[in-house]
Amino acid sequence: MNLSLKKFRYYTPEFFALIALCVLCALLEWYSVAVFEKNFVSYDNLVINVARQVSLNAIIACGMAFAILSGGIDLSVGAIVAFSGVITASLVKNHPVAPGWTGYGVAIAAGIAIGLLCGLANGLIVAYTKIPPFVATFATMSVARGSAYVFTNGTPISGLPAAFNEVGKGYWNVSAALRVPIPVILCLVVFVFCWFLLVRTRFGRYACAIGNNVDTVRLAGINVRKIYIQIYMLVGFVSGISGVAQCGRLASGQPTAGINWELDAIASVVIGGGNIAGGRVTIFGTLIGALIIGVINTGLNMLGMLYYNQLIVKGFVVIIAVLLRSGLNRES
Amino acid sequence: MPMSDETKNSGNILEMKAISKFFFGNRALENVHLEIKYGEVHALIGENGAGKSTLMKILSGAYEKDSGEIIFEGNKVEISTPQDSQKLGVSIIYQEFNLIRGMSVSENMFLGREPCNALGLIDSRKRNSDTQIWLDKVSVKFKPTDLVQDLSSAQAQFVAIASALSKGARLIVMDEPTASLTNKETETLFKLIADLKEQGIAIIFISHHLDEIFEICDSVTVLRDGLYVDTRPIADIDKETLIRMMVGRELSKEFPPRLTTPGESVLNVSGMSRRGVLKNIDFTLRKGEILGIYGLVGSGRTEMVRALYGADRRDRGAGLLLYGKPIDIRSPREGISRGLGFLPEERKQQGVILGMSVANNVTLAAMEKITRHAVLNEKEELEQTEKFVRSLNIKTPSVHTVVQTLSGGNQQKVVVAKCIFTDASVLIFDEPTRGIDVGAKYEIYLLMNELTQLGKSIIMISSDLPEIIGMSDRVLVMWEGRLTGEFDKAKAPLEQESIMKAAAGEVAA
Repeated sequence: MNLSLKKFRYYTPEFFALIALCVLCALLEWYSVAVFEKNFVSYDNLVINVARQVSLNAIIACGMAFAILSGGIDLSVGAIVAFSGVITASLVKNHPVAPGWTGYGVAIAAGIAIGLLCGLANGLIVAYTKIPPFVATFATMSVARGSAYVFTNGTPISGLPAAFNEVGKGYWNVSAALRVPIPVILCLVVFVFCWFLLVRTRFGRYACAIGNNVDTVRLAGINVRKIYIQIYMLVGFVSGISGVAQCGRLASGQPTAGINWELDAIASVVIGGGNIAGGRVTIFGTLIGALIIGVINTGLNMLGMLYYNQLIVKGFVVIIAVLLRSGLNRES
Repeated sequence: MPMSDETKNSGNILEMKAISKFFFGNRALENVHLEIKYGEVHALIGENGAGKSTLMKILSGAYEKDSGEIIFEGNKVEISTPQDSQKLGVSIIYQEFNLIRGMSVSENMFLGREPCNALGLIDSRKRNSDTQIWLDKVSVKFKPTDLVQDLSSAQAQFVAIASALSKGARLIVMDEPTASLTNKETETLFKLIADLKEQGIAIIFISHHLDEIFEICDSVTVLRDGLYVDTRPIADIDKETLIRMMVGRELSKEFPPRLTTPGESVLNVSGMSRRGVLKNIDFTLRKGEILGIYGLVGSGRTEMVRALYGADRRDRGAGLLLYGKPIDIRSPREGISRGLGFLPEERKQQGVILGMSVANNVTLAAMEKITRHAVLNEKEELEQTEKFVRSLNIKTPSVHTVVQTLSGGNQQKVVVAKCIFTDASVLIFDEPTRGIDVGAKYEIYLLMNELTQLGKSIIMISSDLPEIIGMSDRVLVMWEGRLTGEFDKAKAPLEQESIMKAAAGEVAA
């Protein structure tokens, strides 16, 4: 839980993840220079390309980290991306309130609100019933995805104004030489926000304690239900942000957006050293995990592998990461 | 197995000679001996960390010894895997029994050696009838087809014993077998142990309950800090001596003298009920008092304090007065805000969070005290925790240490610190010394004395009658959810016999 450098322990799983990320980059750099005669490790490739690609997943993963920390999981995140995306797209296009950025603001707020609502539904089910989070969020996933299809009649809402699409496609031009993709900025903001929540607030401590031992937490007079609801609303909130950004990136509201994103988010948490059984995750590790997935995908692209092969590789990486973390000794 | 003349003479089923085991240079065992005769019940005792479990793990093949030799039924043997020890006829019954809860008794007993029919499919009829034979040997009433999860812990233990017998066990190790049993169940277990003894089966009995050792054991071996202290016939030894051998220092008494006299009434409970569980509980707790609550398992002791603390529901109509003011407590949150602190019976499941640090555990129930504007003040948290580590003498390398690595006694002190950190004035301790070694118990007692000197009041539940008598100013006895006796030390000395009578349901005059 403690990230101050003085107490930094080099043998933590997230440190291994960081090493793995560096080794991966070094290998790809070597290969890229040798074969294509261009750098893999460069600002353009790592930030403009890799970071931009993974940022929307990393945003969700930071929220997912809390669900996993508390001993749960959230499968509805990808469907929330689609649902909040189509709602936002529709409001941007039809701007019932006002044109221009006022209207976009309302649309974005509505998209994020959809995320919060789905999260609230998850949270209420987990907090007030004995339905496990896997099942509760699985059901929400189906409802949210279905709603996105119903709302759009299954066809994308396209033709959004270019100005709005900036939230997913745009750059912040720091200087003539330096530009940062908007999704990367969003991701950094969410990262800092979630890190702060985990390490510096009661909420984060309680989420961790619940994942370790919910009975003790209850007897300590903590409102466990409230924490569950907050956790799933947080996941819904970041999924909503991601959904709005994805809507901008695609320049349309797609009911098929975010399919399988829950798997990438879970993989990021686990590759980053989080314990899938709950009780221990770090936000830093989760971000590293998301980057590892991104670097592998980019690397495989570079090697000319199809997306389908990337899926296979990702599966192996998850197994290896968990193996490294938990060891081989299920027997003992 | 043929017996050599030497074995017959010595009559030992097991001899462990000069066993040593080091972990990374740290002594776990050094030059330890253990001799078990055929058909004897042999107590193996020592404080936590004395090396009992390491020795038993070497016997079971879970650990390999560094040096020493093991002689079983007259033959020198090497035990390097659990299969080896099972083949010899050594069976260890752990506290958790190693049973699969969702499976039936017979499925558990024949796990991994299921009888099969000609087609290679499991012959469950034969499995059930075979199981019944072994269940009859330990004379129990449940059926081979019953699910383990529907059995009481005593019954589950009998399944584990029957299972050991069915595997041809000649030496059975029982690790704290009575920890989760009621007195009546313990009696049944002791009867079974006597039966097994008659059949020539030797038993190694590990327990913190010295009374039980005097009741059923023939001899006792004491370990201390990984060293062998002595082996004696139980008839030649008394409790004081045994304790002295375990702790290696003179405990002037098992319990420190109480120094405070109870003051004015702090908490007044009247008419507290819970349908089917509690009936009309009335009592008063005074300032600086230790109020002992005794009762057999199932008497509703824990249920009573949980209802008081707000952890369990309570029927309407109960009256709670705190310092004369009527209050209501409907949740642990409200309990804490009224100044109640609760140390639960199940330390590891409910008391501490094993995977979190000492500091995180201590502050858990009152984090608002170390939070400002929703932000944790970590420095404040560490300072506050340091204070408790010093004042409660919690032995931990640092406040960042994960609680899991502390000994039971120190974990319990962490729970006490957590209660005090909420500024509780009424402390409810449910079995505060269960599973804690003798030295640490004494420290907990001293701590309780100190707390009452500071003006706090303690409600202490315990199954240990000497502890109840040694520490309480006043004792309430429960039976079937009711109060059946109240004994005030100020009026008459507390007596085991009368308390026991009340616990058995005879209402005291």
